[in-house]
Amino acid sequence: MTDENWKPKIIAIICNWCSYAGADLAGGARIQYPPDVRAIRVMCTGRVDPLFIMKAFQDGADGMLISGCHFGDCHYLEGNYKCAKRMFLVKNILKNIGLNDNRLRMTFVSASEGAKWGEVMVDVVKTVNELGPSPLNKR
Amino acid sequence: MVETKNEPRIGVFLCHCGTNIAGSINIEEVKNYAKTLDGVVIADEYQYMCSTPGQSKIIDAINENNLNGVVVAACSPRLHEPTFRMATQEGGLNQFRFEMANIRDQNSWVHMHDLEGATEKAKDQVLIAVAKARMLEDLQPKSVPVEHAALVLGAGVGGMQAALDLANAGIKTYLVEKLPTIGGRMSQLDKTFPTLDCSQCILTPKMVDVGRHPLIELRTYTEVEKVEGYIGNFTITLRHKARGVLDPDQAAARAAATGILGTGCNGCGDCDAVCPVIKPNPFEMGMAPRKAIYIYHAQVMPLQYTIDFDACVKCGLCVDACGSEKNAIDLEAVDTFEEIKVGTCILAIGFDLIPIEEKREWGYKQYDNVITGLEFERLICASGPTVGHLIRPSDGKTPMKIGFVLCAGSRDNTGGVNKAYCSRFCCMYSLKHAHQIMEKIPGAVPYLFYMDIRSFGKMYEEFYYRIQNEGAKFIRGRVANILEDPITKNLIVNTEDTLLGRPVAMEMDMVVLAAAVQPKPEAEHIRQMFGVSKSQDGWLLEAHPKLNPCGTTTAGIYLAGVCQGPKDIPDTVAQAEGAASAASIPIHMGEVQLEPYFAMCMEDLCAGCGMCLNQCPYGALDLIEKNGRTVMEVTEAKCKGCGTCGGFCPGGAIKMQHFTSPQICAQIDAFLLKGGVN
Ligand SMILES: Cc1cc2nc3c(=O)[nH]c(=O)nc-3n(C[C@H](O)[C@H](O)[C@H](O)COP(=O)(O)OP(=O)(O)OC[C@H]3O[C@@H](n4cnc5c(N)ncnc54)[C@H](O)[C@@H]3O)c2cc1C
Ligand code: FES
Repeated sequence: MTDENWKPKIIAIICNWCSYAGADLAGGARIQYPPDVRAIRVMCTGRVDPLFIMKAFQDGADGMLISGCHFGDCHYLEGNYKCAKRMFLVKNILKNIGLNDNRLRMTFVSASEGAKWGEVMVDVVKTVNELGPSPLNKR
Repeated sequence: MVETKNEPRIGVFLCHCGTNIAGSINIEEVKNYAKTLDGVVIADEYQYMCSTPGQSKIIDAINENNLNGVVVAACSPRLHEPTFRMATQEGGLNQFRFEMANIRDQNSWVHMHDLEGATEKAKDQVLIAVAKARMLEDLQPKSVPVEHAALVLGAGVGGMQAALDLANAGIKTYLVEKLPTIGGRMSQLDKTFPTLDCSQCILTPKMVDVGRHPLIELRTYTEVEKVEGYIGNFTITLRHKARGVLDPDQAAARAAATGILGTGCNGCGDCDAVCPVIKPNPFEMGMAPRKAIYIYHAQVMPLQYTIDFDACVKCGLCVDACGSEKNAIDLEAVDTFEEIKVGTCILAIGFDLIPIEEKREWGYKQYDNVITGLEFERLICASGPTVGHLIRPSDGKTPMKIGFVLCAGSRDNTGGVNKAYCSRFCCMYSLKHAHQIMEKIPGAVPYLFYMDIRSFGKMYEEFYYRIQNEGAKFIRGRVANILEDPITKNLIVNTEDTLLGRPVAMEMDMVVLAAAVQPKPEAEHIRQMFGVSKSQDGWLLEAHPKLNPCGTTTAGIYLAGVCQGPKDIPDTVAQAEGAASAASIPIHMGEVQLEPYFAMCMEDLCAGCGMCLNQCPYGALDLIEKNGRTVMEVTEAKCKGCGTCGGFCPGGAIKMQHFTSPQICAQIDAFLLKGGVN
């Protein structure tokens, strides 16, 4: 049962060129969204090792977001395709260990989509709130 | 350099950014929290960390506290990482011993009314940044030489200006244009607002300058096939479309290579005269014919005919007409390819009009006498299909009442072909058109149906007054629909006069739609080849709307003209000069510094499985034999630092500098397990 003070712990790994820039743009436009997501910047979503995701869930993350450029827009041509392929793998593993794979999401937000970043934030937080604390959460 | 010891000694600096950050985040609380973190020896705050005193705080603190890592919690690293890296370096540390926590753009600005939530988030952001700072290493930026040449793609007025500036600055410049001639949209215009200069008269001399410049390598009827490399070292493959007609240089080259003689095309037009195939002429917006062998218009640069091989029936009449002396025509010509090396590139690929016929209610392409602004330009132009006589397409009569529909598809967020943005030059060119008909057709009256008249430029508002005084009529209201009288072919414009507050229906002899502009369809492909982002509405995206309007997020690629967003000729030329200046800087510097984000193979961990090889989009990885083992090797020159290989290596043997797995894992741990919190 969720206690009243529970706040979801959500980690986002986002690419420098699109989603990070889109998130900055959301800031410039003062688009308001819930403050529950903590972002880690990488140069490209291709950098995302499935182990980072497994580690985050093992450490008790309630949700995880990977966000990069739209297909065709990756600053490094195809890192986002490579990452997206890995997501299928990771989602399968999550299911197999009994975690709802909706806790992991990949989105594509471009540098000009500040409003979309805001929507993604709202939606990710809402999803994780509905799912409640991760069963792996030790605390 | 201060000797960087293994024990982390980190300074955390919090920026108030006036009230931008301090208004939504409890800085004092975050600062006190930062002081408790592992490795943090000093935490400080300042009004504006990016100011000189702010930066001095960092520099002094590094020296006084013997720091080996710096964390600044402020705006976005995309804005100020370079600033603070320099400060870190000035303090005597390696510049990569710096990490930023984005507590403004991604915190205080987006959680403005949640002091508690924002402060909690800021603490975590600092925690995560400190976790990374503890593990940062000294890195050396890599400097690479810059090719002393530039590419300008698109030879409209923007591309031409950029190429001239670059070439005048002593840089060899490839100017690549997909049409058989340079000039762009401006060569289709008759006059230009607000000065009413004749467009061709001011453009043609520029075209000649471009054609004659010894440092401009003009490549017309050419498209970009492939783009490889990075700032300083782009390799670009060009496709020269089969033109079927050799210019004198090409003819000389042919003679040298094959012994086939001929002086090449001199633009005489004998071929044109005999060609039996007739096609609509796109330069004249389809209102005049052209042959399958053609020049685009009378002032083309270069003056060289082109065969439209989609239309050509290869009858050979042109070959005979050209004759053996010139022998310029080759009906079997095929596309050829050329590889060029350039240091920087400017994209200036211009724009199109929206397909305004899709707004069925306005009747374009249904009613003969509804035309677009570009068609008007051709009809009123002395070198156009009607030698400058404005006539009604339906019956050739001179129109006396001419309606102009402004914002036709612009400033309309209802979707479809409509565009939410202002196309920025339609108001002004419609005023120009109004003037032109009053000048040319005595007694003719222009009726402008407008929402607002946007005459923002220098001498533009004055031009607006002038047109008002000349007798143009202005009706404020968005046009609902246009209907045609089937007998007279006159047009009924239905709108609401919002100043009078009543619906009006006005009969016009002709209607000109000031159609909105949109990006070229190929812009999508071009920007993906060059690694440029797009704005929400499809225009190419500048690096920063205010502070870097000519640059893009890809180093070495710059933008000029309407491809970046609607702008008139003065703004296009200004931006082109800005882009040329920006693009010339790395070339004149002779070398650029690249961030040392390279992949490295940790050979003792590498099993030589080769799984990483096909992860790399640049072919930078190879398997080699070393000390009797197969291991992976990175070619640094090819690696651009995405880290995709490192995200896949099953053995964790790839170290992605500055974004290493231990660093990222430490960041995750910090937040989730509160690693490093005392
Ligand atoms: C009806 C009308 C009237 C106007 N009147 C005025 C006026 O009076 N005063 C004024 O200041 N402005 C006026 N303008 C605006 C003016 O036309 C533009 O500001 C100007 O043409 C922009 O120049 P550009 O170089 O950015 O683009 P363009 O002129 O469109 O040039 C782009 C060039 O790039 C080429 N290109 C495109 N794609 C590729 C590719 N993939 N590879 C290679 N080359 C490519 C195109 O063929 C073209 O030659 C008017 C516009 C219209 C539509
Ligand atoms: S750079 Fe954004 S996903 Fe590759």
